Amino acid sequence: MRAFEYRAPTTLSEALKLLAEAKGEVRPLAGGTDLVPQVREGRKRPTMVLDVKRISELRRLEYDPGMGLRLGAAVSCSVIASHPQVRRYFPALAQACALVGSIQIQNRATVGGNICNASPSADTVPPLLCLDARAFIAGGRGQREVALESFFRGPGRTILARDELLVEVVVPPPPKFSAASYMRFIPRSEMDIAVAGVASLVVLDGGRQCQEARIALAAVAPQPSRAPEAEAALQGRPLDAKALEEAGELAAKMAKPITDIRGGAEYRRELVKVLTRRTLEQCLEALKRGPR
Amino acid sequence: MKQPLTFTLNGEERVLYVDTRATLLEAVRDYLGLTGTKEGCGNGNCGACTVWLDGEPAYSCLVLAVEAQGARVMTVEGLAEGGRLDPLQRALIEEGGLQCGFCTPGLLMMARSFLDRHRRPTEREIRGAIAGNLCRCTGYDKIVRAIQRAARGQTPPQAEG
Ligand SMILES: Cc1cc2nc3c(=O)[nH]c(=O)nc-3n(C[C@H](O)[C@H](O)[C@H](O)COP(=O)(O)OP(=O)(O)OC[C@H]3O[C@@H](n4cnc5c(N)ncnc54)[C@H](O)[C@@H]3O)c2cc1C
Ligand code: FES
Ligand code: FES
Repeated sequence: MRAFEYRAPTTLSEALKLLAEAKGEVRPLAGGTDLVPQVREGRKRPTMVLDVKRISELRRLEYDPGMGLRLGAAVSCSVIASHPQVRRYFPALAQACALVGSIQIQNRATVGGNICNASPSADTVPPLLCLDARAFIAGGRGQREVALESFFRGPGRTILARDELLVEVVVPPPPKFSAASYMRFIPRSEMDIAVAGVASLVVLDGGRQCQEARIALAAVAPQPSRAPEAEAALQGRPLDAKALEEAGELAAKMAKPITDIRGGAEYRRELVKVLTRRTLEQCLEALKRGPR
Repeated sequence: MKQPLTFTLNGEERVLYVDTRATLLEAVRDYLGLTGTKEGCGNGNCGACTVWLDGEPAYSCLVLAVEAQGARVMTVEGLAEGGRLDPLQRALIEEGGLQCGFCTPGLLMMARSFLDRHRRPTEREIRGAIAGNLCRCTGYDKIVRAIQRAARGQTPPQAEG
C-alpha cells in the first residue's frame, strides 16, 4: 500500500482547492466501506485521501415540500433510513438504505459513496432513478447538475472529472397518487450484493389507471438504468396481471446481464422479470392502503 | 506519512502519531495494546472488529485511524464497569453463547448498542441486528438466547424515566 496524505477539510471551497492543486491522485473518502478495502488491497493507489465527511454542504439532509429532498453526499445510510420525512415521502429509498450491508456498514456508508463507487449493483441507485433524482456536482470550473442516470459511465466509472466532487443529490417531491418500491435478490438473507435489483414507481390517475410508471434496474447491465420500453408499455393502462407480466418481460429484454460468480445472465434476466412484477405489485398495494 | 491523532478511547483521552494508512483497528490493537477487538476478515464482512465510533457500532477495519480525530471510541474493554461485567456479558456466559470467543468482542459491541436502542426486541429483530457479526463455532441460537436473556433483565420502555 502506497503512503498517502490524509486531509479532512471543513468547507467545500477548501476541498475543491485541495483537489485542484493536488499533484498526484486524490481519492475522496466518505464512509470508506468501499474505498478503505480498495486502498488497503492496492486496487486504488491514491497519494491523497480527502475525507469529505466534515464538509457542511455534503452533510445536509432536508425536505422541503416545494423543492423536495436535498441529500448531502456524505450523509450515512443509517441517518437516511431513519429520517422521518424520507420514510414518509421516499419509503423505497429508506428501504434501500436499510439493505446496504449490516448496521455497522449503514452507520458509515453514504449514498454519495454508493453512487460514486458506481457499482452496477449499488442498491440505493435504482430507487433514486425512479424518483428522478439529480446529482449536484462542484469542481474547479464551477458547479453543474445532471440527471442521476447520466452520472454513470460503466462499472466503477462516472462523469466526475478529477477535480470534482458530488455535493448532493436532489430528489423532487414524489408525484401525487404515487408509490415506489425496491427489491433485490440475494442468495443469503443479509450482507450480500444484489444478483439483480429492480425499483418501480407507479403514478395512478383519477380513474385508477396508470398515468406513469418508472422502472429502474440494477446489477444487470454495466450501469444502473431505467427501462423505458417497460415504462411506456404501462402508461394509460389499468395495471392488471397481464400488464405487469408484460412490463416484466420488456424490462428483462432490456437488461444486458453478464454471467459471473453471483449468477448467470439468463437467471438474472428471469429475476428482472419477477422483481419488476413484484415491485409493481408492491406499489399497487401501497396505493391501495392510501395514496399520497 | 504520520499524523497526530487525538481521540477518546473508553473515556480516556489518547494522543498518538499514526500512519495515515493505519486502520482504527490497528490503532487500538497495535498502537494502544487493547487487543480485545479482533481482526477476522479485515474487509468489512465478519464483524469481529466492531467498536463504537461516536456511539454507533462500526467496523474498525474499514475506518482509517485518522478519521477518528476528536471522536469517542468504545471497545469491548470499556463495557465492564468497575470490574463488573455488563449484563450482556454475563448472559453470554450463562447461555454458553461462545466457544473460541473470537467473535465475542465485536458481537458484544453490536448487541449492546442494539439493546440500548431496543428494550424489548423480537427474535427476528435480534437476528437482523447481528447479521453483520459472524460466529463460526457457537451457532447463533445460544447467542440469540443470551441477548434475549439480557433483554429480559432490562428496564421495560414504560418504566424508563
Ligand atoms: C460488508 C459489505 C457489505 C456491503 N453491502 C452492500 C449492499 O448491500 N449494497 C450496496 O449497494 N453496497 C454494499 N456495499 C458497498 C458499500 O458499502 C456501498 O457502496 C457504500 O454506499 C459506499 O459508501 P461509502 O460512503 O462507504 O463510500 P466510500 O468507500 O467512502 O467511497 C466510495 C467511492 O466513491 C468516491 N466518493 C465518495 N464520496 C464522494 C464524493 N462526494 N464525490 C466524489 N467521489 C466520492 C470514493 O473516492 C470512492 O471511490 C457493501 C460493502 C461491504 C464492505
Ligand atoms: S475484521 Fe472488520 S469486519 Fe472482519
Ligand atoms: S465463538 Fe468462535 S467464532 Fe464465535
